[in-house]
This record gives sequence, C-alpha cells and structure tokens, in this order.
Amino acid sequence: MKSMRKLNKAGMILSMVIGMIIAACMSPAAGPEVVESDEAAAPAMQEVQSTLSIVQERGKLVCIGNAQLPGFGFLDSEGNFSGFDVDYCRAIAAAIFGDANALEVRPATAKERFTILSSGEGDVIIRNTTWTMSRDTDLGMNFGPTTFYDGQGLMVRKESGVATLQDLQGASVCVVTGTTTELNLADQFAAAGVDYEAVVYEDFDQSFTAYDEGRCDAVTTDKSSLVSRQTTLTVPGDHVIINVTLSKEPLGPAVRHGDDQWFDIVNWVVYSTMLAEEHGITSQNVDSFMDSNDPNIRKLLGLEGDFCAKIGLSNSGCFVDVIKQLGNYAEIYDRNLGPDTVFDLPRGLNSLYTDGGILYAPPIR
Amino acid sequence: MTTAAGTPSDRSVLPVTERYTLLGWVRRNLFSDLFNSLLTIVALAFIVFVARLLLRWAFVSAEWAVIPANFNLIMRGQYPAVEAWRLWLVIYLLGTVVGVSWKLISGQFSGAARVLIAIPFALMFVPFFSMGTRLYLLITVVAASTGYLVAGFLPIQRRGRAVAYLILAYLIVMLILLRGVGAEEGPMPPVQPILWGGLLLSLLLAFFGITLSFPLGVLLALGRQSKLPAIRVISVVYIEFIRGVPLISLLFMGQVMLQLFLPDGFPLVDRVLRALVAITLFSAAYTAENVRGGLQSISRGQYEAAQALGLSTFQSTLHIILPQALRAVIPVLVGQFISLFKDTTLVALVGIFDLLGIARTIIANPDWLGTHPEVYAFVAVLFWIFSYSMSYASRRIEQRLGVGER
Amino acid sequence: MQEIHASQVRPPFYRDERVLGIFSQLLVVLIVVGMGLFFYSNMITGLREKHNVAISFSFLGQAAGFDIGESLIEYSRERTYLRAFVVGLLNTFQVAFLGIIFATALGIVIGVMRLSTNFLVSRIAAFYIDIFRNIPLLVLLIFWAQAVFFKLPRVAEAIILPGPIFLSNRGVAIPWGIPTDSWNSYLIVLGIGVILGAAVAWFLREQGKRTGRMPLITLWFLVTVAAVGLVGWVILPQPMTLDQPFLEGFNTQGGKILSQQFMALLSGLIIYTAAFIAEVVRAGIQSVSKGQREAATSLGLNPAQTLRLIIFPQALRVIIPPLTSQYLNLTKNSSLAIAIGYPDLFAVAGNTILNQTGREIEMFTLIMGTYLSLSLLTSLLMNIYNRRIRLVER
Repeated sequence: MKSMRKLNKAGMILSMVIGMIIAACMSPAAGPEVVESDEAAAPAMQEVQSTLSIVQERGKLVCIGNAQLPGFGFLDSEGNFSGFDVDYCRAIAAAIFGDANALEVRPATAKERFTILSSGEGDVIIRNTTWTMSRDTDLGMNFGPTTFYDGQGLMVRKESGVATLQDLQGASVCVVTGTTTELNLADQFAAAGVDYEAVVYEDFDQSFTAYDEGRCDAVTTDKSSLVSRQTTLTVPGDHVIINVTLSKEPLGPAVRHGDDQWFDIVNWVVYSTMLAEEHGITSQNVDSFMDSNDPNIRKLLGLEGDFCAKIGLSNSGCFVDVIKQLGNYAEIYDRNLGPDTVFDLPRGLNSLYTDGGILYAPPIR
Repeated sequence: MTTAAGTPSDRSVLPVTERYTLLGWVRRNLFSDLFNSLLTIVALAFIVFVARLLLRWAFVSAEWAVIPANFNLIMRGQYPAVEAWRLWLVIYLLGTVVGVSWKLISGQFSGAARVLIAIPFALMFVPFFSMGTRLYLLITVVAASTGYLVAGFLPIQRRGRAVAYLILAYLIVMLILLRGVGAEEGPMPPVQPILWGGLLLSLLLAFFGITLSFPLGVLLALGRQSKLPAIRVISVVYIEFIRGVPLISLLFMGQVMLQLFLPDGFPLVDRVLRALVAITLFSAAYTAENVRGGLQSISRGQYEAAQALGLSTFQSTLHIILPQALRAVIPVLVGQFISLFKDTTLVALVGIFDLLGIARTIIANPDWLGTHPEVYAFVAVLFWIFSYSMSYASRRIEQRLGVGER
Repeated sequence: MQEIHASQVRPPFYRDERVLGIFSQLLVVLIVVGMGLFFYSNMITGLREKHNVAISFSFLGQAAGFDIGESLIEYSRERTYLRAFVVGLLNTFQVAFLGIIFATALGIVIGVMRLSTNFLVSRIAAFYIDIFRNIPLLVLLIFWAQAVFFKLPRVAEAIILPGPIFLSNRGVAIPWGIPTDSWNSYLIVLGIGVILGAAVAWFLREQGKRTGRMPLITLWFLVTVAAVGLVGWVILPQPMTLDQPFLEGFNTQGGKILSQQFMALLSGLIIYTAAFIAEVVRAGIQSVSKGQREAATSLGLNPAQTLRLIIFPQALRVIIPPLTSQYLNLTKNSSLAIAIGYPDLFAVAGNTILNQTGREIEMFTLIMGTYLSLSLLTSLLMNIYNRRIRLVER
C-alpha cells in the first residue's frame, strides 16, 4: 500500500516532467491550453467539500438536464434552456443565489447522466429521471420529492385499432436505449407473451421521428413525454395513447448519496413550490402575503423562524425568491405543460392532494 | 499544333474546323462510337433524373424557414448574443491577418486571394441576413484589403518568420477574445467553452486538434523511426492502438472515464476540453504516420551528409531531416485536417453542440419538428463547402509551390 | 524523445551514442510506466471510494434483460450480457463484410468511370467523388436514415418488386431459403465440389505453367463447383425451400428482413467508402505507365487482355495498401451505427450494456480490445496478400 503511494507520487512527478517537456516542445500551441484551463483550476485539491460550498464558490448551479424533451427540457431558438425540469433547476439556483439565472444546464443523454453526477461534474439531475430502488442504492443516488408522477405508456396509430398489449403481436416498437423504459418494455411484453421487434434508438428525437415516419407501429416512453411529443407529430390526431401502463414512473430530482444538507436544499425547494400553491401564493401576489398572519405562510416566506438557515442558506427569503422568480407549482406546470401550451397536459395525479391529486408536501415548521 | 503529320498516332486526325468547334468536341468526347453514345445517353438521363429530384425538393417541397430562424444557433451555438461582437472582432482580425500574410508571402493579388476576399463579399447578399450582418461583413472585406495594402509598405526582412509570429499572436488574441477575461460584469466576461457551439466549435475543435496533436505526432514519428528498441516499441504500440479503435470509442472514454484516471479535482471539467483531449490523442497517431511517410521519403544521403558534417543525431534531425520531411508532408497534413474537421461531428454523439449537435437540438425544438431534411442538408452543404474549398485551395497551393513533388 | 534529452546529459557521455541511447530509453520507459501506474492507481482508488466496486468481468454472466432488434444468432432477454455482446459483434461483422464487398465493387466502377473517355461519365464520377469525400460520414448516415429511408412508403403500402421483394421504410424483405432435412447432406456434396474444383484448378495451373498460356483458373474452379452443386441439388430431395415474404399484421412475415437501420448503415458506408476507393483505384490505374499499355498492344493483346494481364496486376500493387486502410476505416466507421439505431458492437456494448451495468472500465476494455484485434487481423491478412502479389513482381 505504502509502495503504491510512493509510486503514485513518483508517477505524478514524472508526468509533470513529461508535461513540461511536451509544453516546451510545443510552446506555440501550448498557449491556448493554458488560457482555457487556468480558471477551472481554482476549486481543485480540496478535501471533502460540501456540494453547497462548491456551488457557492463556483457562483452558479450546474444542473444536469435534457435538451430534447419539449415541455420538460429543450433548447429554444435563442439558445436558452427551458421547460418544466429546467424551471426546477432555476428554482434551486434562485433559492441559493437569489438569482434563477445563476445556472448552467449541462444537457446529458439518458445514459450518461448518473456518471456525470457521480463524477461531480453536475450538482443535481433534473431530467425526467425515474426513482427506482437500484438507482437509489447501486448507483448511489438520493431522490428528492417527485415533481411529476408518470407512467410508461404506448402510443399507436388510431387506424391500427390496437387497445391492449396482445394486439401488438408482431409489431415494431421504438424505444430509447439506456433507460428503464427499455427494460420495462422487454419485461412486460415477455410477461404478456407478445413477440415484437425492439427498434432501439440512442436519443428521444430519433425514436419519435422513426415512429412518425411509420418505421414503428408503437412508441413507448413516459406518458407525459408521449403527450408532449404527440403534439409535434405530423398529424397529432392520428395517434392515441393506449390505456396500458407498463410501469410506475415517479420523476424527480436526484443528487449524490451522502450530502444530506444538499439533499435537504433540493427537497425543500421543491416542497416550497407545492406549499405556495396550497396557500394560493403566486409570483404575482407574493408581496401581498408579506403581512399575512397565517404562521404557515409566514414560515414559508421567511418571516418567522429562520428555516432557510436550517438548510444552510444565508438568504432568509430563499423560498420567496423561488416563488417570485419561478412561481408556485401550478405556475411552473402551466407555463410549460398547461392549457396555454401546445401540450395542454391535464394535471391528473399531479394535482394537490386537496384537488384529488397526490402532491402532498410536508409542512414547514 | 496545326499539322498532324508528326503525331505518332494511328488515330485519324480530324479536320481543324471540327477539332476546335463545339460540335467537334461533343463528337469526340460524347459520341465517338456506338458504345460511347449509349453511355452518354444513359449518363444524361441519370443527370436529368437526379437534378430534377433535387431541384424539385429544394425549391418546391423544402421549407427553408428553419435555417434563418436558427442561423445564429448554427453559427455560434449558445455563445451569448451580447458577446457576439467578440466573434466579429475575431473575424475582422482573421481578415486582416490573411490580408497581411498574403501580401508578405505571395505578393500578388490573384487566384485564391480573389476567392478569399470574395467570400465575405458574396455572403453580404445572403437574403435573410440583417443590415447589421451585412455591414460587419463589409468591415471584414475592408479589414482584409487594408491588411493587404498596408503590408506592402512594411519594412520587413524575414517575411516567413513575420507571418509565423503574426499568426501566433492572432491565435492568442483569438483565444482571449473567445474565452474572455476578468469579472462576470467586466467588459469581456468569460464564456465557458461549453457554450461555444455550432460551426464555431467545429472549426475550433478541428484546428486545435490538429495543432495540439502535431508536436506529439512528430515525436511519435521520430520514435517509430528510432533505432532504440524501447522507444520504437512504445511509439508503435501507441500508434497502432489508436489507429485500431474507432474515434467514437475514444470520445466516449474521454467523457466517461477521463475523470477516473485523473486525481480528484483535476481541472479538466469542461467536456469540450475532454473531447479535445480525445481528438488530440486520436489525431496524433495519424499525424505520426503521415510524418513518418515524410521521414521515409528523405534519401539516405541526407543522413550521411549530415553525419559527415559532424552533426549529432539531434542536430541533424532538427536542422536537416525534419524541415525536409515536414515540407514534404504538408499536403497530407492538410488532408488530415480536412478529415479531422469532418470527424469532429462525432462529438455530437457525446452531447456537445457542434454543428451537427446543434442541428439535432433544432430539430427537437417543438417549433421546428420534422425539418430533418432541410437542417441536415444545410449542415451537409456547410461541411461540404468548407472541406471542399480547403482541399481545393491546398491542391492549388501545392501545384504552385511544387511542394510534395520533391 | 532521445534527441531532446541528449543535450541535457552530462558532457562525458555526450558523444557516446550507446550510453545515451540506453539512458534515454530508460527515461522514456520510466515516464510511460510511471504515467500508466499513476492513472491506474487513481482509477482504482476512484472506483473504490466513489462507486465501491472492483473490476470484474463476472457481470457478463448475468441475464441482460433487454431485447435486441436484430440478431444473427438466437437471443432473448433471458440470455447473458456476454451473449448480447456477441450479437453486437456479429452484427458488426455482417455490416463490415457486406460493406467491404459492395464498396469495393462500387468504388471500382466509379474509379473506372472517372477515367472514362466519355466526358459526361467521367464528370459524374468526379462529381460523386467530390461530393461524398467532403461530407462527414455521420451527417451522411443521419441524413440517409432520416431524410431518405424514412421517406420510403410505409409497410402497408410497401413497394412490391418481383420476387417478391417488399420495399418499405421498415427495410427490405426478400425471399430466403430455409434448409430442410437434407441440407447437411447437401453441404457435404458442396464440400466435395470445392475439393474437385481445387483439383481442377491445380491441374490447369500445372498445365498453364507447362504451356505458358494461363487459362482462366478461377472461372473453371467456379464452374466445377457450380456443376457439382447443381447435380447435388437435383439428386437430393430439395435441400432448401424458398420462404417468401408476405404482409401480415403489422410487418412482413417470412423471408429475410433487412431492417431499415441495417440498410441505411450499409448503404451509407458503401456510398461514403466507395468515393475513397474510387480515388484509390484511379490512382492505381494511372500509376501504370503508358508504355506498359503500348507494349501490350504491340504484343498483340486486345484491350480486355491488356487490362486483365498487364494493367490490373500492376495497379493492384499500388492499390492494396490504401485499400486496406479503407477497409479498416469502414469497419471502424460501422461504429457510427449508434447514431441511427442499428445494434452493432459499439451500440450494444458501449451504449446499452454499459448503461444497464455501469461497468465502464470492463466494457471499454472489451470493446477496444475487440476493435483492435479486428484491425490487426485485417492488416495481417492484407499484409500477407500484399507480400504475395509483391513476390510476383520480382
């Protein structure tokens, strides 16, 4: 073990030597490298550092998101990320910095997102990520509150008359690789005894293009994405999502295992948006609640008891900033998925428990 | 020329009138015999078929609105719009540098120089460009012309060296401009490489890939030619390993595993830089093989002459062998640069928004779904223009300078 | 490397190249080994601390759990990861093998067209070469898959060519033979045919050596094999029945289905590589000096003979080395299948398996090892071939 460490040191010195030689050899070209990397060198070589302090030192949050899912996360024509998931990234940034724009969205494919998070390259994943036991344990993730209750569904052409899994005997099904979707599909079709052809694509866009062009008879992913994508098919009315749910898909933010303070921040930012909706606080009227007598509201708005400090944030109005800049859950939902958008996705399970849904945020006290 | 008497050919010679008329040309090149005529007819039918198909699509069914709407995204990715002036400055400077270098090296305004100056000028007539863009392009033309004119009055002795320093200085200034310096609120806030995208990123990746891989490639080539077994083995193993695996696997490795190999907190966090590392390592092996070709082309006599003059191995390599070898491989290296430029598209598969990557995000945008043919065709044409003009220019320069003919 | 350090070594050794050589080699080896160990130890500690895993290949024996769209061997979700890996490998082989054959054929055609005296034909070839050599393969593949193959008719309105061959945006369904009970006996007959053909070839060769007039050995070999095969087909009770595709339910059933992804990848690779092979062929043919052609003509050889006996054998020597690297490129480029959804080696191993297991080190070792051995094997074979045709020269 000791010799190993020595070797390690020797290796470091040697690599420095060769690095210097190479740098000397290519001095004309070495300039750019140095310019590019010196800034990033600052936060290096620290012992165990909390995620919050890394984020604060960096001055912005790095959120692992999606660039290909309209409504949840995509790049608009101005080159900005927007969508439901991206808004939750912005909410966390608003709580920490008081500025929703202190954010870098790191778009990731389905397969690389966990690697990126565990390597420390991002701080949180908010990218239509399903909470599963093996991800929670094996992959060393912690899942925050579910922001969107979803289930894996199947979309088919109306004219095919498909209503159940059995009707899909011999069909081609488009699916994205590296997701639980791919495994669920295999499991459920095997259980139903249905033979099918899996047409596996590496990204979401290709999968839907293939379906739209008739390469596949069905396409499978989370139902919310099916709805979001249906509007973008050539003739949306020709397609139907069949009444079969292949799996439960609670989607929410995920963070690295082992940093409880960071986990708390993510949790309570999400809860605060639900609590705001519960109390009828919106981005428009939040100022009028500042003289409220309701202790629940006073605590949420940081007027009573320093709850922001409990999660490590010095900004005592951390939730006010979230509500002011992003709004409550309903506002975030409606802005990205609601009736005024092309998706017009019904809230369904994603309503407050008081409205027949299952959104139930624990109280702040 | 006018008489055919001396031509040692058994073919009958056509009357002068037929040889130099259009009809004569057509007959000789298209309808010389039955088989040839048949070929001509088939070829014509084929051309008409393909051209009709393409033209009908391009002018009737294709919806090109997606290109102007996303033009900035295609050109510079997520590079902030308020900082776009820095990119323009980079282009003006490029124009000036090209103008000055042209005057210093070639000294005359002809052929490729006219083409180069015509590019920004022609771009001014792209229909959907704003007046501002046209003005900026005009400034580029002016900058290039000024550079060319001013350079004529400069009292410079060693022109080659002056151009080398100028280009070096330009590279540094360019990087500072692109990357930015100082605070977030300063006049030139830093722009992370991750935000560089589109065509800008494709060009930068290819350029720095080839530049950074060059020294490593030369060392490897020398290593492979070395008489010392250990050095030769190491070089051969590296070169053959890299050349044996697909670039995409190196890129994936760079993204997923590079962090694992390095100590905690090593500053290689930017994934564009990671891709650049993978591209550089990849390109070095190919540079090495190309340079080796140049080394092998140098006659034994050169080595022996150097030795006879009392030069050490190091001296003869540096002063005698390498300059000749590198000169001989310049055309091959240009070819390698072009193929590297095309290969940079692979970074789109690891989530980097180069030209192809940005094209994929445009198609995913709900406003522009279903525009695959238009967007990909545009991207393909852009790539084609760049790589074709580069290969054309290099062929011309090669012919002119007679490089590669030694 | 050694040259750089040479100047830094103390003067007494300065002129002794041998000492210098050993010293610089030691230094370089030390540096390389040191760097390797440094990376390795970082990786091991990193894996232990962050992921709490050790490197092991035992996961390959676990059930994969996912389906693969197309496979040359039997595969289902209960089979192991290793089996899935092999499925990907075979798919890569299939694409690379067919791609090499067709790209060579198309490349030769275009290369010869480029040298045609017919202006239009030569222009078309030049145009083809200039277009496809200057577009990135990945763009071409994606364009080909999404803007061309997807635009073919849907399966219900498939174009039916005589055969029947069904052409739709799912791919191409063609009639395919199904072996019957007597298939194995027929294979034996074919084996006998090959042996017989080899005997005939040897005999002709010997005779050719004696008389100095080489007959068309390959042709006669093929004729013999075909004749024996035909006899066997007639004698045995139908060694193979023809399975014709037909439309039923969602897809075509029966026959052999070449999926859209496969066809897109294959044709993309062929189109792209053919442009490069055409240039190789053109350069090869042009490298044969004009005198050779004239000498052949004056010896009384006709144009076809000149091409077969004089031009081609000489051109081949120039063609083989760059052709080898084109074949290697095609094989490596087939890894871009990942972008259009064909389950090749890289897509299955580097994407799906890697994703489902998170075993980066192990999977990358396997993938790179496999591609490396493929490359080395191809260069080895081509080098042997190259050496053989080179011997003819002397």
